[in-house]
Amino acid sequence: MATSTTAPAAVAPSVREPRSRTRRGVRSNPLGWIFSAPYLVFIALVFAYPLGFAVYMSFHDYFFTAPGVTVPRPFVGLENYTAALTDPAVRQSFVNVAVFLVINVPLTVVLSLVLASLLDRAVHAKAFLRVSFYLPYLTSSVAVVGVWLFLFNGGGIVNRVLGPLAPDPSWLVNERWAMPSIALFVTWKGLGFYILLYLAALQNVAKDLYEAAATDGASRWQSFVNVTIPSLRPATVLVLILAIITGANLFTEPYLLTGGGGPNGASRSPVLVMYQEGIEQGQPGYAAAIGVLLVIGTLVLSYLSNRFAGGRES
Amino acid sequence: MSTVRQADGPVVRRARRRALVPALVGGLVLGIGALAFLFPFYYMVIGSLQREPDQSIAGAFPHPGNLTFSNYVTIDARLDLVRSVLNSGIFAAGVIICTVVFGALVGYALALLQWRGRGGVFALALLVQVVPFQLLIIPLYVLIARSYGLADNYLGMILPFAINSTAVIIFRQYFLQLPQAMFEAARIDGASELQLLTKIALPLIRPALVTVVLLTFIGPWNEFLWPFLITKRAELQPLAVSLANYLTNVANSTANPFGALLAGAVVLVVPVVVLFVIFQRQFVNADLSSGVKE
Repeated sequence: MATSTTAPAAVAPSVREPRSRTRRGVRSNPLGWIFSAPYLVFIALVFAYPLGFAVYMSFHDYFFTAPGVTVPRPFVGLENYTAALTDPAVRQSFVNVAVFLVINVPLTVVLSLVLASLLDRAVHAKAFLRVSFYLPYLTSSVAVVGVWLFLFNGGGIVNRVLGPLAPDPSWLVNERWAMPSIALFVTWKGLGFYILLYLAALQNVAKDLYEAAATDGASRWQSFVNVTIPSLRPATVLVLILAIITGANLFTEPYLLTGGGGPNGASRSPVLVMYQEGIEQGQPGYAAAIGVLLVIGTLVLSYLSNRFAGGRES
Repeated sequence: MSTVRQADGPVVRRARRRALVPALVGGLVLGIGALAFLFPFYYMVIGSLQREPDQSIAGAFPHPGNLTFSNYVTIDARLDLVRSVLNSGIFAAGVIICTVVFGALVGYALALLQWRGRGGVFALALLVQVVPFQLLIIPLYVLIARSYGLADNYLGMILPFAINSTAVIIFRQYFLQLPQAMFEAARIDGASELQLLTKIALPLIRPALVTVVLLTFIGPWNEFLWPFLITKRAELQPLAVSLANYLTNVANSTANPFGALLAGAVVLVVPVVVLFVIFQRQFVNADLSSGVKE
C-alpha cells in the first residue's frame, strides 16, 4: 500500500526487461500467471476496485449501511465536487497543504542532497551517521510526535533555549506557526529516506567527470554545482515527486501534533478533512470527491516537477 | 609514495590545503545533522525516565534523583502494553508472511519464467506504488469494514498491506542476478519450478530476504491511519493506535502525561531500532541501491 512508509522504496528500478527469450515462437510458460495470481488478485481487490469505487462514490450520494442492505444511492453528478470546492473548510485545507509543500519540498531536496553528498565523502563514522540519519524515517510517527510535543510545548525545552524569541502562543497552538512546525517535523522525519536515495544515485555519478573538473581547476563547490547536481537530476525528480505524494497524504501529524488540525483549522490537511467528513460525519461520497481533487492536484504537481526538473533528457 | 609527494608542485599543495577547510565544514554540518536527528530520541528516553517532567535545559541530562521506571508501569496500566505489542506483532507478522510467500512467487515469475504479460505485471507493481493512499482509504473502509464486515479483525487490518509491492520488486531484482544456467540444469534434472524457487532461488538470496522482512516489518509496525480506522475495540489495537488514542484522549488525566507517553513511544521505537542496527549493513546495501542503479 502506498503509505508514506512503504511507497518511496519504489525508487524507479530498471524498467528495462531482462533479456527476453519469449519473442514470437517460444512458448509462454503458464506458471507465470499462476505464480502471479495471488498478487494480481490482491491488486485488483485492494487497489483497482477501490480506485474505481472511489470515483463512483464521488458522483453519488453515498452513505453507509449494514452489510447486505440495499438502499438507493442516487447519482448526483458533480454535486459533491461543487460542494467541496465551495466549502471554506476544504479550501482552507488545500491552502494549508500548499503551505506545507512550499516549506517541506524545497527543504527536503536541499537538505537531503547536501547531507548525502557530504556523507558520501565522509571518511569517519560513516555507519554511525547513516544510522542516525535513517532513524526518524524508520520509526513510527506516533512515537516521535510524542517527543515533539514534549520539545515544542509552551514550557518545552525549545522555548526555554529560545527565551524571548519563542512565539506566543507556542508553536503548535499558534495559528501562524502550526503548519510550518508540521512541515519541519515531516521534513526531519522523512529526510533519511531521501538521503538514502541520493546516496545510491551518487554511486552512479561518473568519476571521470570529477577528474575532468579537477583538471580544469574547479573548486569543490564548482564541481558540486556543475557535476553532482546535474548528474543527480533523475534522483531529484524522484525525490520531488515522492515528497509531493507523501505531503499530500498528510494525516497523522496534524491529527496528533495539533489535536486534529488546530488551531482554528490552521493545520487541517485534506486527508484529515476526508476522515472527518467521510467517516466521522458519514459522507463518504463527499470525502471521495475531496480525494479525487487531491489526487488530481498531486498528479499535476508531479507532472510539473517531472517536466521542469526532469529537463533536458526527456 | 614519498617521491611522488615530493614531486608535487606548490599548486597541488595549495589545492590540498584548500580542500581542508571544506572538509571541516562538511564534517561540522554532518555532526550537527546527526545531533538534530538523534537528540529527539535521546530526549525520548530521558523524558520517559523522569519522575517529574523537567523541561528545563538541565532536564536534558539525567538526574539520579529524578529517575524512575514508573512511567512504564503507568502506560502499561492505561493501554496494556503486552496486548498492544502483541497486536502490532500479529499485524506485522501477517503482512510479512503474505509478502514473503506471495511476493517471492511473483518475483520469481517476473525474473525467471518466460511468459506473456510479464512486462505488464512488473509495470503494475511499479504503478501501484504511486497510487495515493488518500484516495483509497474511504472506499477501502467501506469495503472492508462495511461490506466484508472485517472491522475489529486482524484480517481486515492486514488485508490492504498484505503484499508489499516494493518487496516484489526487490525479489525480482535479486532473482534476476542469479545465474540462469543453474536453473536450466535443475530443470533438465526434472525439478519443478516450485522446487527451484524454494530449494535454490530463496536460499541463494538470503540477504535480500532480510531486507524484505525488515522493510515489510516497519510498514505495518508503524502504520497508524489504517488500523486506527478499522479497529475500534481497544483489545485489538496495535501499539501505534493505542498510544495515539492515549495521546488524544487520556493523557490529560495522568499525573505525568509526557512521561507515560514517552515510555510508550520508547516501547514502539525500540524493536525497529534494534532490528535496524543489527541488519543495517544488509539493509543499506541490498535493496534501494540496486533499485536506483541504471
